[in-house]
Amino acid sequence: MRSENAGTDDHCCRVRDLVKDYRTGRGAKARTVHANAGISLDVRRGEVFGLLGPNGAGKSTLVRQLTGLLRPDSGSVEVLGHDIVRHPELASRLLAYLGQESTALDELTVSLAVETTARLRGLGSAQARAARDAVLTELDLEPLARRTLGKLSGGQRRLACFATALVGERPLLVLDEPTTGMDPVARRAVWSAVERRRAAAGVTVILVTHNVIEAETVLDRVAVVDEGRVIACDTPGGLKALVDGDVRLDLVWREEPPLGLPLVASLAGRAVRSGRRWTVRADPDEARELVAQVTSGPAFAALDDFSLSTPSLEDVYLLLGGRHEGLAK
Amino acid sequence: MTTATTAVRPTGLAPRAELLPALAAVYRAQLSRARVSRIPLLFVAVFQSLGIMVMMRGVVGTGPADTGAARDVVAGSSVLVVAFVALNLLAQYFGRLRASGGLDHYATLPVPAASVVLGTAAAYASFTVPGTLLTAVVGCVLFQLSWVHLWILLLVVPLSGAALSGVGAACGLLADRQEIATLLGQLGMSAALLLGVLPPGHMPEAVRWVRDLLPSTYGVDALARTFAGRPDWAAVTADLAVCAAVGVISLALSTWAYRRAATRS
Repeated sequence: MRSENAGTDDHCCRVRDLVKDYRTGRGAKARTVHANAGISLDVRRGEVFGLLGPNGAGKSTLVRQLTGLLRPDSGSVEVLGHDIVRHPELASRLLAYLGQESTALDELTVSLAVETTARLRGLGSAQARAARDAVLTELDLEPLARRTLGKLSGGQRRLACFATALVGERPLLVLDEPTTGMDPVARRAVWSAVERRRAAAGVTVILVTHNVIEAETVLDRVAVVDEGRVIACDTPGGLKALVDGDVRLDLVWREEPPLGLPLVASLAGRAVRSGRRWTVRADPDEARELVAQVTSGPAFAALDDFSLSTPSLEDVYLLLGGRHEGLAK
Repeated sequence: MTTATTAVRPTGLAPRAELLPALAAVYRAQLSRARVSRIPLLFVAVFQSLGIMVMMRGVVGTGPADTGAARDVVAGSSVLVVAFVALNLLAQYFGRLRASGGLDHYATLPVPAASVVLGTAAAYASFTVPGTLLTAVVGCVLFQLSWVHLWILLLVVPLSGAALSGVGAACGLLADRQEIATLLGQLGMSAALLLGVLPPGHMPEAVRWVRDLLPSTYGVDALARTFAGRPDWAAVTADLAVCAAVGVISLALSTWAYRRAATRS
């Protein structure tokens, strides 16, 4: 029979009011950076939960606190029912962490890096070898097994590091930009491996990314982080609904935009300009009308390229304010 | 059945890695690095010691008057290989690991700090074995010393290796910046070179005190004593005991330094 609080049992990770400040510089130049300024999150068991945001938003600081590497100034972190702030040493027995650095493994062969990590995750030597072989096969890393990590390409090295995160199965995987530099085949291998573990063992994944396309395809829910705060948290679809069904019109001019034309002049005021690229948000009907006008009139001669796209998480991020200029409607 | 708990039921924890199997795994992994990247530096360590002996051969003869000095030169050059690798290179390795965030890998595995530090230190001490042996043998030939008791290297290398790698690891892990770790490692090795290779008989009193403070000195003295026809085994044992004691203390210090570095970055 289900307990009356069974709902709370669904949580894998619960973060409340997490605050972490850094001091940078010395003397008169010293200043405090609010890396995490009161973050609260709930990650459910078995979901792929994303942290999306620009560089320096505080994503990595947040996961370093989840993994027990960093002690928060205040707030609480609970992973699978264990208090990680009071007992950071328990984190390594609950989760596997893939950080951005591989210096500890760079001088090992792929095979030995995976096997050693398995041993250090508490597996016996026969178990560790079996786990190594299984994961190298699963990720199609066998041809690279005898190569040294540091001498592999960025994407291959990343995949080998991902392999070390998989051995010695943990119920929670915390992955900090796991697919950086990977080709599409390797990316697919990563997400298939994650999916298999989720289906078979209900593994939960917390993923740090700033790859918007990846976020849209693999995440169940996403928290948009900016300047140390969660500015939105929902499914990718739910977040995109915030943009009210607007579409995005991108215009790329060959050289200077022909501001003498009334149509272009009227767009100039509402477009977000980035070099020769103008971006305008509009409802679908208006956008269609604008495309027709731009492509049939004299402006077309000055146009290098244009595109009309449905909103992405990037638009959501920009709309929510972020650190960057929001897209003017 | 209902439960009154409001919190999430804690999920079972995976087991910790045991001290010795984890130590063995770290040792094996570190040793494999020698094949990949340490070889050039190991050569440097040996060539440096061989070069110093050849140079010193110019001022120290093989006659009875120079016997004491010859023993010090050969013993000092041999232990210098240990100082170069176990102190200098290990300080640089841990300094780099700490600065680049590489410690996170170990810190997020359920492995005892002692396994990581001792496994790595043991590997670095092992790297020094061939070079130390080669230097001692060449030195015996060059200065016509007895190599009957060279087996003592089987004790000198691990014990002075423990002492020096403990100091090296502590320097690398305690230094705030990677450059400081490199600097400390280089300074330690320079001290071992200057105070270990030069015969102490000619040193001023104050310098001899500094020499006594250096852990490598006791390895040098133990080895130098065994070149005698009838070694003073009590003194050799006492020297090696100092190495062992410094090893225990410095490795304990570096284990503490590792824990501090792994959780405070």
